[in-house]
Amino acid sequence: MTDHSEIFTLTGSELSDGLASGQFSSEEVTKSYLSRIKEVDDKVHAFLSYDEEDMLDQAKSSDQRRASGKILGPLDGVPVCLKDVISAKGQPLTAASKILEKYRSPYDATVTIKLKKAGVVVGGRLNLDEFAMGSSTENSAYGPTCNPWDLGRVPGGSSGGSSAAVAAREAPLTLGSDTGGSIRQPASLCGVVGMKPTYGRVSRYGLAAFASSLDQIGPFSQTVEDTAQLLEIISGHDPLDSTSYPTPVPSFSNEIRQPFKPCKLGLPKEFFGTGMDDDVRKSIEQSIQWYRDKGYELVEISLPTTELSIPVYYVIATAEASSNLARYDGIRYTSRSEHAENAIDVYAKSRGEGFGEEVKRRCILGAYGLSSGYYDAYYLRAQKTRTLIRNDFDKAFEQVDAILTPTSPTPAFKFGEKSEDPISMYLSDIYTISTNLAGLPGISIPCGFTENGLPIGMQLIGQAFEEGKLLSIAHDYDRELQLGRSQPSL
Amino acid sequence: MDIDYVANLARIELTPEERKKFQGQLGDVLVYFEKLQEVNVEGVTPTAHAFPRFNVWDEDEPTTGFTSDEALKNAPKSRNDQIVVPKVIEE
Repeated sequence: MTDHSEIFTLTGSELSDGLASGQFSSEEVTKSYLSRIKEVDDKVHAFLSYDEEDMLDQAKSSDQRRASGKILGPLDGVPVCLKDVISAKGQPLTAASKILEKYRSPYDATVTIKLKKAGVVVGGRLNLDEFAMGSSTENSAYGPTCNPWDLGRVPGGSSGGSSAAVAAREAPLTLGSDTGGSIRQPASLCGVVGMKPTYGRVSRYGLAAFASSLDQIGPFSQTVEDTAQLLEIISGHDPLDSTSYPTPVPSFSNEIRQPFKPCKLGLPKEFFGTGMDDDVRKSIEQSIQWYRDKGYELVEISLPTTELSIPVYYVIATAEASSNLARYDGIRYTSRSEHAENAIDVYAKSRGEGFGEEVKRRCILGAYGLSSGYYDAYYLRAQKTRTLIRNDFDKAFEQVDAILTPTSPTPAFKFGEKSEDPISMYLSDIYTISTNLAGLPGISIPCGFTENGLPIGMQLIGQAFEEGKLLSIAHDYDRELQLGRSQPSL
Repeated sequence: MDIDYVANLARIELTPEERKKFQGQLGDVLVYFEKLQEVNVEGVTPTAHAFPRFNVWDEDEPTTGFTSDEALKNAPKSRNDQIVVPKVIEE
């Protein structure tokens, strides 16, 4: 590559190769992305903030390391931008909420430390639905992100900034978080790859918590290959997160390069019923045929508890959220209402003024589900039903190696289309939510476009801690079709 | 749902408009949740975590934490290394 003006279109692995062969420096790479952000982010609004000076300093350090032959890994000098719920020392973390408008992280999240140790240029802060609650980024207190494929439509959410930044080529790689589909659904709606690892694979230390038993951090990229590389860097047990798992982290990037024998994929019949957009159905059917043609065996399976996953999820996630978000109390590190005159006021008014509507709705719903007299009927019953959902998956994986589904029932929807109707918004996560409840890894890969040119995503769900196999199945498809390389005109 | 009671439990002050809007919306959501009451969960063990880990211990070794400056940097009001809050003791 000789034309430096197009650096920002490259994938992580192409940037890695170009840096290694001296075609460009990390400083040139970083400048290319910064100028791309200045060119298109007025339209896309993927970023809440970015620290140009800090990024360029990191890039120069990377170039110095490279000059002295001491690079820290294949992504040394490659920018990775973060959803604005992941702590990076000295940088803002708003969670797209007014209540954290002035907050600056006093420490690094474990994933941020891992990125820095890999030599990555830790970049800007990406937009989301406030505290990761939503499926469209319309709940951001700082205004929504627009879908780069159609600026009148949502990018999905909650990690909509993370998916839109990759689609708009404002970042080669980003991190998001996924509680009920918040990585996979926006990846699908923006035509990029996004992956939620197994619960416990990646440390949650330094991630602003939403629902602690469901949250996982994961990567976005143009290709499955890049996602494998980035996942490898951020994975691993962390003493600071007692729910992170002490299981070894294989080299996912090596694993996907090994020859892979076609295996058995399950198609859950409950996912292919009504409510799916025709273009989505057509595209998924083509992908199924692609796998068949490659020698994979595709079989129908049943996950009978699928329709329960949304109520179970919203009872559990809101309960955990109401408890987690109690920390935003107007006392220690959030903004405080100027009208507060006593202790209760400090809490109630600061939270009333600082939280947006959806966050308030969910905290109230969660408090209700946990309250005296309702705990057994809601929270405990949801946890028991969660066991049934896990059992369904366990049974399915006795038969198949991975499960293939659409990621989202529809392509990107228009702004305002669902924002006043919480239930219809909640239903846009129908295909992704059960994966979080079962703790399993899931990946969304671009698999086609609608007649109007909107991206469509396919989801593959794998067995716990079998990300290598899952990525191999995804890579088999993605390396040939490369649909995440298609670039929207902006 | 008694919205005032639950909003107070959640320590969130609502505007009259929000109160009215949420009453309807949360009512709809609770109707949607009714599906759960039909599930037979007798004898089923609840799942709190997908892959629970028990007795995760850490060595009891002192490490350095934040300085008070660092810890107070984000506080809305502070003085003499402490956070300032409205008076909480009734006269």
